[in-house]
Amino acid sequence: MFSDMLVKLWENGIIQRGIWETIYMTAISTFIAYVIGLPLGVILNVTDKEGIYPVYWINRILGLIVNFFRSIPFIILMVAMLPVAKFIVGVSLGNKAMIVMLVIAAAPYVARMVESSLKEVDAGVIEAAQSMGTGNMQIVWKVLLPEARPSLIIGAVISMVTILGYSAMAATIGGTGLGQIAVSYGHQRFNPDVTWTCVFLTVIIVQVIQELGTWIAHKTDRRIGTGRA
Amino acid sequence: MPETILEISHLRKLYDDLRVFEDLSLTVHEGEVIVIVGPSGCGKSTLLRCINALEDIQGGEIRLRGEPVSKENRNLQSIRQKIGMVFQNYELFPHMTVLDNIMLAPVKAQGRKKEEVREEALDLLKRVGLESKADSYPRQLSGGQKQRTAIVRALCMHPEILLFDEVTAALDPEMVREVLEVILDLANQGKTMLVVTHEMQFARAIADRVIFLDEGRICEEGTPDGFFDEPKTERARKFLNTFTFERKGAKN
Repeated sequence: MFSDMLVKLWENGIIQRGIWETIYMTAISTFIAYVIGLPLGVILNVTDKEGIYPVYWINRILGLIVNFFRSIPFIILMVAMLPVAKFIVGVSLGNKAMIVMLVIAAAPYVARMVESSLKEVDAGVIEAAQSMGTGNMQIVWKVLLPEARPSLIIGAVISMVTILGYSAMAATIGGTGLGQIAVSYGHQRFNPDVTWTCVFLTVIIVQVIQELGTWIAHKTDRRIGTGRA
Repeated sequence: MPETILEISHLRKLYDDLRVFEDLSLTVHEGEVIVIVGPSGCGKSTLLRCINALEDIQGGEIRLRGEPVSKENRNLQSIRQKIGMVFQNYELFPHMTVLDNIMLAPVKAQGRKKEEVREEALDLLKRVGLESKADSYPRQLSGGQKQRTAIVRALCMHPEILLFDEVTAALDPEMVREVLEVILDLANQGKTMLVVTHEMQFARAIADRVIFLDEGRICEEGTPDGFFDEPKTERARKFLNTFTFERKGAKN
């Protein structure tokens, strides 16, 4: 029923390792992308002309940089950024280099996701905070981010799934994980069941991320519920 | 004459091409309750928002106890803390409990002790009959309860002046009264207030001075009895007439 290749890959633990590598690369890249993208998103929102501290040139320059990276298809960005990866982590091959690529591609994406989540926060409650003399930093920490939390979590799930997709593409230039297994053992050696196994496993990982994220977002949302008095 | 708290002089406010105020001046004295009435679009809400620097102004000055209220003033934050504002749509923070809503600004912006603020907040909540709601979230409250919470939130900052912007306009009729009674109680305590409202009975009961705003100008001002019984201008008379109805068949 299964090809010898699939059985061998499973018995040697290569598929299992692929699952782990995919999860690991996605998680690390998402985390670092948020470390960079979250502050950028906050700055984009705050300095916008509708924001709490409009600064035209910061918003404009940052917006241009973000748009620049976002408009390059990932597969091209990957190749173009090889020297950058080499500069940062010393190698242009393997998972370390892949994480650099994934972060470069994902951080601007995350920044826009964060920006749009923050934009959803009701302008009225921000004005209420301002009218009470609350400082801008406090508004960001105490009002903007907590108010946007459910939306930020949903955004993180979307980003994570996108990064997972990118990580599979990274197989083409030396990344590992389910993507690489699908390409080199499945596609190139004509074992469709290997490819489909990798697809199936990826779908399961995406489902888990999605369900978990939605559950957490719902849990943290104080605006919904049936407890209306 | 009691001390001047708020002084608006020659206020000019434009929205792009739309002129809201050309040259508006108003002085508010300590302990005074001023009710602002007027047709919709006359600038009532904009006036309150200007007083709190939520709107940019294009000319003139607003001073709170002599200090300019403007975005250029580095002390704007501390001045805003002295101006309490209650909004038509409550604007409570949905992700915070009632108590946290009230405590945020006193603790974070004013730097007061958490325990002290908490005690005061609970005491104020008790006075407006909401002590049991301290740990509820805004979505669990009725409109009237939300608005009373918003009033407590403003009060807890110890403001020198309170601004009420059509605070009952979004409420069901039976909830209007519970909110107005809280405001009436504050007036009796001698708080300085600027109240924008469409509740004419209430305006009459609470006001020391009524201001009739029309097309961005103070069209008429006077005592509540004077204004409501014998409006001096044709414009005000017309406006007040919109609140009374002739009996069915009275014309025949």
